[in-house]
Amino acid sequence: MAVKVIIPTPLRQYAGKQESVEVNAETVGDALNSLTSQFSDLKRHLYSDEGKLRSFVNVYVNDEDIRYLQKEKTAVQQGDTISIVPSIAGGNGRLAGNAARKKAKEE
Amino acid sequence: MLRVAQSLIEQIHKHGIRDYPNECCGALLGREEEGHRTVLGLLPLMNQRNDSPRNRFSITSEDVRLAEKEAKAKGWELIGWYHSHPDSPARPSEFDREHAWPWYSYIIFQVANREPREMRSWRLDDDRAKYAEESIEFISGGPR
Repeated sequence: MAVKVIIPTPLRQYAGKQESVEVNAETVGDALNSLTSQFSDLKRHLYSDEGKLRSFVNVYVNDEDIRYLQKEKTAVQQGDTISIVPSIAGGNGRLAGNAARKKAKEE
Repeated sequence: MLRVAQSLIEQIHKHGIRDYPNECCGALLGREEEGHRTVLGLLPLMNQRNDSPRNRFSITSEDVRLAEKEAKAKGWELIGWYHSHPDSPARPSEFDREHAWPWYSYIIFQVANREPREMRSWRLDDDRAKYAEESIEFISGGPR
């Protein structure tokens, strides 16, 4: 299936400055693999060293977040649009407050 | 280099003071021309890290899209983000680095005892190993 992958601004420099790239894929995972095969510099910004999509990389298929579908196994149809959308996070120092207590409980 | 009007710096400071002792965050809207960037507007945003706002911030993908839409409506681009470090230096942490995107300018500013202190801007290196600091040129008056 031919699908369009929208490249977010911060990653366009690694995709030939293109706003979108057409790939052939059956699933979202296939599409992202095809994308990173063509443009290998994208890989480290999309995936962790363990090969998982980074938590701040959000992927939509036609405006539906893949987290609520079948994640990277989400099937795509001819003409679908896959959007890679950043979320932004940061912070300083160690976790505090409720987050620290929650993490300690989990460990 | 990142050029920012003093009036916008004051707005960023006010946001940091208002949210202190929690981290504040927002979007930088502007233009990139001939190797330097100019911040022309801001979009203050709500820190979504309710569990640890004192030293964590989070901006959802929906708010990122909102910021892009806001920038486009004004003929600008979304060029980066600002956030505060309450009582901590204006340097990116390891957590900042792990979660950063390349290309964006990241303004970090210290707020100590409700007073704004140093402000610095950073951009993630291509290999994600570290940030490079970019100089900030403070422009008097409002955005040009």
